[in-house]
Parts: sequence; structure tokens; C-alpha cells
Amino acid sequence: MKKSFNTKLFFFFIATLFGVLLSIPSLFQTNGPKVVLGLDLQGGLNLLLGVKTQEAIKSRYTTLASEINYYSLDEQILIDSLKSKEDSISFSLLDSNEMQKIDDYLAKIPGLVVNKNNLDYTITLSETELINIENFAIEQAIGNIRNRLDQFGLSEPSVTKQGVDSILVQLPGIKTQEDEQRALELISKGGHLQMMAVDEARNARVNNMTAQEAESYGDVILPFVNDSTQKILLKAIPVLDGSMLTDARAAYDQNGQPIINFTLNSQGGKIFGDFSGKNVGNRMAVVLDGKVYSAPVIRERIGGGSGQISGGFSVQEASDIAIALRSGALPAPIVLLEKRSVGPSLGADSIKASLVALISGSILVIVFMVVYYGLAGVIANIALVVNILLIIAVMSLFGATLTLPGMAGIILSVGMAVDANVIINERIREGFRAGESFIKSLENGYANASRAIFDSNLTGLITAVLLYVYGTGAIKGFAITMAIGIIASVITAIVGTHGIFRALQNTILKSGNYSLWFGYKRKV
Amino acid sequence: MNFFRYDKVYDFVKISSYAIVLSAILFITSLVLMVKPGFSLGIDFAGGTIIQIQYDKQAPLQQIRGILEDIEAYKGVQVSEFGAPEEVLIKLPTATSQVDKNIGDEISEALKETGSFTIRRVDIVGPRVGDELKEKGTIALILALISIMVYVSYRYEWRFALAAVLALVHDIVIATGAIILFDIDLNLDVIAALLTLIGYSINDTIIIFDRIRETIGTRVNNSLSDVINEALSATLSRTILTSLTVFFVVLTLYLFGGEIIVGFSLPMLVGSIVGSYSSLFVASKLVVLMKFDLKKYNQKLADAEKKALEKKKMREMYERGRI
Repeated sequence: MKKSFNTKLFFFFIATLFGVLLSIPSLFQTNGPKVVLGLDLQGGLNLLLGVKTQEAIKSRYTTLASEINYYSLDEQILIDSLKSKEDSISFSLLDSNEMQKIDDYLAKIPGLVVNKNNLDYTITLSETELINIENFAIEQAIGNIRNRLDQFGLSEPSVTKQGVDSILVQLPGIKTQEDEQRALELISKGGHLQMMAVDEARNARVNNMTAQEAESYGDVILPFVNDSTQKILLKAIPVLDGSMLTDARAAYDQNGQPIINFTLNSQGGKIFGDFSGKNVGNRMAVVLDGKVYSAPVIRERIGGGSGQISGGFSVQEASDIAIALRSGALPAPIVLLEKRSVGPSLGADSIKASLVALISGSILVIVFMVVYYGLAGVIANIALVVNILLIIAVMSLFGATLTLPGMAGIILSVGMAVDANVIINERIREGFRAGESFIKSLENGYANASRAIFDSNLTGLITAVLLYVYGTGAIKGFAITMAIGIIASVITAIVGTHGIFRALQNTILKSGNYSLWFGYKRKV
Repeated sequence: MNFFRYDKVYDFVKISSYAIVLSAILFITSLVLMVKPGFSLGIDFAGGTIIQIQYDKQAPLQQIRGILEDIEAYKGVQVSEFGAPEEVLIKLPTATSQVDKNIGDEISEALKETGSFTIRRVDIVGPRVGDELKEKGTIALILALISIMVYVSYRYEWRFALAAVLALVHDIVIATGAIILFDIDLNLDVIAALLTLIGYSINDTIIIFDRIRETIGTRVNNSLSDVINEALSATLSRTILTSLTVFFVVLTLYLFGGEIIVGFSLPMLVGSIVGSYSSLFVASKLVVLMKFDLKKYNQKLADAEKKALEKKKMREMYERGRI
């Protein structure tokens, strides 16, 4: 018999090495890539957030309106009844000589559709611009929430996009109700800072005014943060908003009260200076997320582009608001679609229960295989163990998350992975029965079994891929484990055991003890 | 060691005639169960709130129920023991979707007088999530079935493909019936179990079909029933062995895995039994019932072989001609 290089054994050896080396960090908590435990196993907070993208569009219109307002004031172009609505902005130009100037200005802003009826302007955003804003709103919300959570001081928060317009936030290690509440507030805080002019002429009547009436003056009624019965009438178009903010820090005022200092960029600083210069003696409100924090009287022109927010905060509140402002406003409000929190003790219980099931299941299968197939059963068991290690190794390589259903999937694959070996061993026994030689039985057994195993595994793989492509979060995770399990079982159960048998075939032939090796007496 | 006499051919096709009646009864019963009482949709699909709390001692279920039912916001609350006498599961039909409302604190406050406990889990799912899950899950499931059908048709024959998929549907429907019968909430873990079942059941069926195809190739003159009986008998050892190992593993999962994973372990337990049963008795019988014509199939195989042979000959002649 010619002695050729045992490619299959070599391949199996490499796979084993790979499996052992890469699963060590996960199993013994050493350095290296590890399998991430899902929040259902380690405890933590899992949030699915929806983004109200229509609000982002509305706020884009508001910003546009305030830009146009500022431009017209700056260039002394007279416009009237500038209004920002849900889906458009409108204004009237008073002097037709200025038309060219304003048209040029509007043409410079991308994504606008301008409709003119004599001197009445209606401006809408183009389709592509609307889609851009929606996508941007989601991307920016993800970025900002990530920034906020990074500064919150949690270990490994994860913020990812899920589906078309949802955001998945995972916070492992949140242990107390207070932590959870704080994290939720930090995430959901709009962080939308606006400086708004008080409509001093009409503010005296604010308590008798309806929202519609205020709107007809181009105003808006907003409540104070500490006392919502107290309201103030403000110009609806803000002087400037938080997008011009460069920094925000918690600090203390001269009375030792926590406040927030903020700094504006050069453009914001200029607008702020110009506005305050022209409005000495009037009040300007500092509005955060639709609530008025303070409305101080402007005493002089405020240059330098910095200001402060006071409003009776606690130290922690001031610091959280500063984080929210610094990391940027949410371009659109978010809604909580799903919240799952698992306490650490429950996670530990789940791991314990799964481990008991995994170990008892494995022992049962291992003992059964040895009793039924003798040493061939031992070889199958080696393949089985390598199979489990390979699953762990590949999962840690890709940083895949192990959840409770995933754990159940591995336990099940212990049961299913032996199937290939059972098929092969039964085929080898059939060869013995037919009176074939040992070598022929072995090779025929593998050839015949491989066909059926290939068909069934490929079907499984097709299913796994489809489930991955079309499934949602949990189904995707399941599909990955399933696909890894299938590939690992082909490598270990077909290639691996075949390699081992080839390496041992001379030993088996010499011993001639087939009932020891295959649990079956060969007919001669 | 050996379970079965290897040389004995059991008459599976004959037993199948009874089995198919049993299958029909189970199948229809499951369908009826799906209509009435129907699924109890878990919060993953219907939306809602689940709070799991653990007491230091036995939980005073009556007292908890009494307190929560008196609170207006918790209308329709369900309170039940969960796995152990200390563990309590509180289910609310509505999702409290406001971010600033912390249901955990509210429950702690409301149940203060019932003893000391810790909150182990709070799940809140809004209705939109469930809708998306339903839609995507259904598409994934249908595409999986179609692709299995296409692949098996390509590798075997369309009757085999149809039989395999029908057997698959049979297994899933019966496992689903069991879910309703045991009053398990339809949640993500149940879906995971049904998906696993698809993989397991199709695996079993294909191994057997492969053997049937192989047997057809070696025995030309036998009837289809003989071929099936022979193929099934030859693989019986393997079928039983594999089914037993899977069954034992799932059984340990069911016994030790606890209440939290029962949504996965129970459907799998039922599915592993039904899956093996259907590959032995239902799938092959369906092939017979669909009037699979052994002679035609053999003829086709022979034709294909002849064509291949002719092609080879032509090629040889052509090559010789060139030389």
C-alpha cells in the first residue's frame, strides 16, 4: 500500500489548532478575541429606539427659516410673514428690486425647491434632500447617542442601526434602577439648545393667548422648566440653535449653583453678538428641548460667543445636560420601541442552567457513542469536541454574540453533529456485512455517507443564509450559529475523522480486532 | 453493539398507511388549535410588558395580584409563578413606551409591603417591533421552504422535493399545535425552536431519500414499496441512534434548562419525536401517494446514462478522427 501524505489529517490538525487557540481566550478569560455574552446572559439593558424622522424635516425647515431671517436682516432685505411649517417655508418679499439678491442666496443652498408667486415665496425641500435628511437624522442620532454613552462611563456600550430606521442600544453591566434611569434620560434627551427672542410687545398677554393666536404673530408659547404654569411668548424663529455650539461644560456660578457654560463657533458668536447689540433692554430666552431655562434681560452687546444656562440643576443633571449638548443634539426625537433589562443574577442563572444541560447532554452522547461504536466512537467524540471548539473560535473571531437561544443551538449541535459520524460508522459496518475488506469498507463508507451528508448540510446552509438575509436581530444570530455549526461539522466529522482513520488504518489492520474498533464483528 | 437485525426488511410502507391517518388527525387537530384557542402571542409579537421578580421566600401571588389589579394603569395584569415558588412573572398587555416612566420603580413601590424581592428582568416591547418581526419572519420562512424545494428538486425529483417540504410543514404544524396545547407564549425562542426544527427535520428526510435513490439505482426490478422498505430498514439503525441522541440532549435541556428556555426546549422535544417519525413514515409514503413512477424514473436514469455514454463515444471518435 502506498503511503501518501495524509492531507485530511493535516487539515483537521490545522482546524484543531485554530479551534483550540482561538477558543482559549473565551474559555479561560485570557487576552484575545472572546465570544461576547449576550445581555440575556450577562445582564444589562437592551433598547430599541425609533427615530421620528419627520421631526428632523420639520426642524430643518425651522433652521432654514432662521437662516433666511438672519440673511435678510443682515442685508437689509425687507421680508414679511416668514413662516416655517411642517413641510414648507413661506415669506413675502416687500421690494421687488431685491428679488435677484434673494434668489441668488436661495440658489446657493442645496436641495431647495423654490416656488414664486409674484413676491410670495414658498420653499420646499427636494425628494432626495428629504431622504438625505432622514438618513442623516438616523446616522447622527447613532453617533450622538454613542458619544453620550461613551462619556457616561459604561463598559462597552454598543449603538448600532437596526433595520431601516431603528437604533439598537446595548448597555451591558447596568445594575441598578438608578443607573438605568440615568442612561435612559441621557439617551432620550434632545439636547436641542435654542436662543430665542422674547416678543416683548405681546408678552403681557401670554396667559390669555392660544397657541393659534401666537402662531399668527409668528410667535410660540413655551413653558419654564421649573414651573410649567409660567409661560413666555417667544419669536418662533430662533436667533440661533445648538448646531453652532462648539463646547459645553458643567460649572458653578458665583453662588455656587451648578450651571452649564457653552461656547459658540465664529458664525454663532457673530449672530449672538449682532443680536444682543441690537436688542439691549430686551430679554432673550435660553431654551433647551422646548423648555425655557432662563430669560435674562440683555444689558449690553455680548461678544466672544459664550454664554451660560442656569436653572436650578443638580450637579449630575448639569453634567448630563453638558454631555448631551457637547455630543450634539438629536436631529429628531427618539421613541422607545423596546426595552429589555436583565438583572445580573438572572443571567448567571441562565448560564448555569445551560451549562448543566450542555455538560449532561455531552456526557450522555459521548458515553453512548463509545458504548455503541467502540474506538470509532472515541474518534467521533474527538471530532465532536473539536467541533464545539471551532464554533467558539469562529464566534470569537467575528465577535459574534452568544445569547440564550444561541447556547441552546450549540447544545443541540452536540446532538446533531454526531449524526454524520453515525451515518459514516453505519456505512462502514454495512461494508463489513457485505464481506468487503476493511480498507474498502472504510473508503466506501465515507464516499457513500458524504453524498447524503453533503446534500443535507447544503440544504441547511441555504436555509441559514436566507434566514440571515431576511431575518431580524434574533433570527440573524441564530442563522450565524447554525451556519458556523454546519461548516464546523463538515470539517470535523467528515474530513477530520477520515484523516484519523487513514492514519490509523495500518494499526487497525494489524490488530484485526474490529469489535474493539467499530463495536462490530467483521464477517470474513 | 447493535439495535436492529441488519438483514431484516421491515414493511414501513404498510405501517405508513396507518401512520398517515394518525398524521392527518394530528395535523388537523393542530390546525384547529391554531384557530381556536389560537396562539397566545408573547410580548415579542403582541407588544407588552413583562416583569420577573424573585422573592426571598415563597411569593405571595394572591396579594401581588390583589395589589396590582387595584391600580388603574395595570389593567389586565397577569401574575403567575415562574419556574420556582419564589419567582413571579407579571405580564401587562400594554407597552409603557414613554422613556421617562420607569416601570421597575413603580412596581417596586407598589409591591413594597409584600416582602423583599429583586427585579430580575423587565421587558417592554412596543407593537411596531412585533409587526416587523411577523413580516420578516414570514418572508424568511417561505423563502427557506422554496429554496429547499428547489434544491431537492434539482438533486432528486420534484415529488421527493414536495414530499420533503410537506413532511417539514407537517412537523412544524404539529410542533406548533403542541405549543398551543401547552400554552406557551409565541416568542422569539419559540421561533428559534421552529427554525432549528426545519434544519433537523429536513436533514433526517434527505438522508433517507438519498438512501432510497441509491437503492433505486442498484435494484432495477423491485417495486417502489420494496425499494422504500429496503432503504428505510438499512438506515433504521442510524435514524434511531441520531433521533435518540438529539432527543436526550433536548430532554436534558427541557429538564435542566428551566422555565426561561421552555419556549425553545418544549417545541424541540416534540419536534425531535415528530421529525423522526415523519421521515420514517410520512415523507416516503407521500412519495408513494404522489404516484412516483419507478419505471419512468429508471428509464430516465438509463436514458441519461445512455446519452452520457454516447457523448463519450462521440468524443472518443472525434478525438481519434483528429489524430
